Amino acid sequence: MRIMSRNDLLLFLGFTVVVLAMPIWLHPFGAAYPDLLQRFMIFGIFAVGFNILFGLTGYLSFGHAAFFGVGSYAAVWSFKLLSLDAIPAMIFAVVVSGVFALVIGFVSLRRSGIYFSILTLAFAQMSYNLAYSVLTPITNGETGLQLNLNDPRYLDTTMGIPTAGQPVPTLLGQSLGGFAGFYFCAGFLILAFFIAMRITNSPFGMMLKGIKSNQTRMNYTGFNTKPYTLAAFVISGMYAGLAGALLAVTDPLAGAERMQWTASGEVVLMTILGGAGTLVGPVIGAWLIKYFENIFSAINETILHRFFDVLPDGLDNALVAITSKFVGEGWFLTLGLVFVLIVVFLPGGIMEGVRRIAHLFDRKPKGRPGKAAPQPQPAE
Amino acid sequence: MTLLKRGLSRRRMLQTGMAGIIGTGVAPLMFTKGAWAQEFCNNPTGDTVTFGLNLPLTGAYAEEGADEQKAYELAVKHLNGEGDGGLINVLTPTALKGNGILGKKVAFVTSDSQTKADVARAGATRMIERDGAIMVTGGSSSAEAIAVQGLCQEMGVVFMAGLTHSNDTTGKDKRRYGFRHFFNAYQSGIGLAPVITEAYGTDRKAYHLTADYTWGWTQEESMKNATEALGWETVQAVRTPLGAGDFSQFLTPVLNSGADVLILNHYGNDMVNSLTQAVQFGMRDRQANGKDFQIVVPLFSELMAKGAGANIKGIFGTSNWHWNLQDAGTIAFTKSFGAAYGAPPSQAAHTAYVQALLYADACERAGTFYPPEVIKALEGFEFDGMGNGPTLYRAEDHQCIKNVLVVQGNDNPTSEYDVLNIVQEVPRDLVAYDPAIFGGDLGPAEPAPMC
Repeated sequence: MRIMSRNDLLLFLGFTVVVLAMPIWLHPFGAAYPDLLQRFMIFGIFAVGFNILFGLTGYLSFGHAAFFGVGSYAAVWSFKLLSLDAIPAMIFAVVVSGVFALVIGFVSLRRSGIYFSILTLAFAQMSYNLAYSVLTPITNGETGLQLNLNDPRYLDTTMGIPTAGQPVPTLLGQSLGGFAGFYFCAGFLILAFFIAMRITNSPFGMMLKGIKSNQTRMNYTGFNTKPYTLAAFVISGMYAGLAGALLAVTDPLAGAERMQWTASGEVVLMTILGGAGTLVGPVIGAWLIKYFENIFSAINETILHRFFDVLPDGLDNALVAITSKFVGEGWFLTLGLVFVLIVVFLPGGIMEGVRRIAHLFDRKPKGRPGKAAPQPQPAE
Repeated sequence: MTLLKRGLSRRRMLQTGMAGIIGTGVAPLMFTKGAWAQEFCNNPTGDTVTFGLNLPLTGAYAEEGADEQKAYELAVKHLNGEGDGGLINVLTPTALKGNGILGKKVAFVTSDSQTKADVARAGATRMIERDGAIMVTGGSSSAEAIAVQGLCQEMGVVFMAGLTHSNDTTGKDKRRYGFRHFFNAYQSGIGLAPVITEAYGTDRKAYHLTADYTWGWTQEESMKNATEALGWETVQAVRTPLGAGDFSQFLTPVLNSGADVLILNHYGNDMVNSLTQAVQFGMRDRQANGKDFQIVVPLFSELMAKGAGANIKGIFGTSNWHWNLQDAGTIAFTKSFGAAYGAPPSQAAHTAYVQALLYADACERAGTFYPPEVIKALEGFEFDGMGNGPTLYRAEDHQCIKNVLVVQGNDNPTSEYDVLNIVQEVPRDLVAYDPAIFGGDLGPAEPAPMC
């Protein structure tokens, strides 16, 4: 029985290799340190999940950060109340964010298009403000929820597992700091990617694509599309919850900022930048944005001066003066420019660029028509 | 390759998948085993040692962050023996020689924390993991300080807090690897309450507007306790989001609340905005309960006073330090900061500078960078000459115990920097308190965690 086509298998294996080898090939870019690599994995999962809803089903949710945040809070509470082990925390987080997505999805999915986007945005902003004010006993507001030495941790205490020093999440007693944390997250990204791939190629995925291209026609054909969209929404919310939980595992602090609308917007950017509707695109978009956020924002004038050292003095200073506007605090500017360029010239995101280049080098353009390149559609 | 052409069977897929999963699980253990074989996190092996500066360069407290950065750059210069030496010459006792720390030159890396706890933590992690920072310092929000302090405890890196005024930083959230030179809200309350009750009378009704995070909460609580003990009443306390920008919706209810004093538990740009708007609402010209309406800002800084301009005149508050003090340390610091940047330093700059020097001095005295030894050298360290009079780094909660300044907005400023008058220097014995009242647990120093 065939489980994957040859192309898909190659894609999956290639993706796995690229992910696992990240500490090596990212070294020249100055990004091969565990914390950033973990973030690459986590936001990759977030974007893959978001793409199931946006890229596949065509519903643009502007409030996905809410599920991300709920996942984080759930995971930290599991660390506080149950056990420092990562597994119960992640199960708990995925379940809680799934239920949360079910409730929000049930209400929001009564509308589509821009109304759906606004509804999700409203819900996310509500959750953010709740976390910030009314729910302060649960979320600790702006200060953020942290682990303490005297947390109860009932499961750990009943099993007699002592904790020495500052509590940190573990996996079956193994610490998850540094590169161990990266491989842990990488495993989940690969798994998430695999599941997303299976969903895309399944009859269920076909149904979602059908909903994207014309929901009314689907309805008239006799399909009830509601359960499908709701399922996609919940799956996508659980992905976000998983990503949120992983962020809490690698860094046990949950703050309300990660639920803010900017965080929701970020994942939309990631998906569009990489290529909505493609499998790899959103992950690449996530990596690119996180790279900009962490590396570009840390470049200051001293580093630029060192970089342009070889040039004559006047030119050196002029170049530093110009480029310094685009790095450091100005990294948003660079990201904005990149975004504009991509949307204008490559409406299908980076993946469209990749396809075009591949097309140029394709020696037998007529040999293998294969699948027509999926035409990315703007959100309704 | 017939196998691949036909695609894989489910069984084959599961087999390969399991092998892959086991492989990914085991591989990192083999890779990382030797990679981190060092005695402790970021043991400096070369001829430099790196400080990680975690500064809010954007957000509500950006002004303070920019001033802190200047101070750190100055401190690093002085530690390396460049410039005029600054406070190294007046710190007593001191082990600093002006040739770096333990013979290693001091370098630094910076990160913009955006006045957000999450971002501050990510930045600190980057500086520790990638840039090899031996110590992390900075920040001007207590939320950041508490978040980064927890991280540093996990990683085994000493954290010298910058501007953080919440009781929790050295109270319920204190950590063995975190140290604070700045004073706290509790000390502000004790220092300020007698002065304002004397000036405004003991039968006042206060209305609090509070920044909604750990610092605001504890300052509101401390101010309430301290003023209520002297006869004031608290009408209401309202929480406002950090970085709100527009406070008019929170200020309108104050007018009809029956309160005659407004206490603004805000800092940075928030305080500049809320105070300016309160003055625009005509609050300072109002009468309530037959008395003049008054505004109090418990935590003051020169940068805020400058931002608020004339609105600050006559308003009471407290400060950690002021450049106009007349002791040798203050004079030396103001002189060398002024020479470098053309403006007197703020209290944020001062605390940042002092923290960098104290860490360096502790390493010199310990004779090593090994964090548990450095921590021991800092705990219970009694020093003088840094501009705050005799100061004790208390071992029980890592809080510096020193004099607190009660300040008032200057009515007739002679220059744009001469915005605050020192009303009273509250001696440190009066503002010292039992560290047990806030609970919390420092946690262990040893074994030093490895990042």
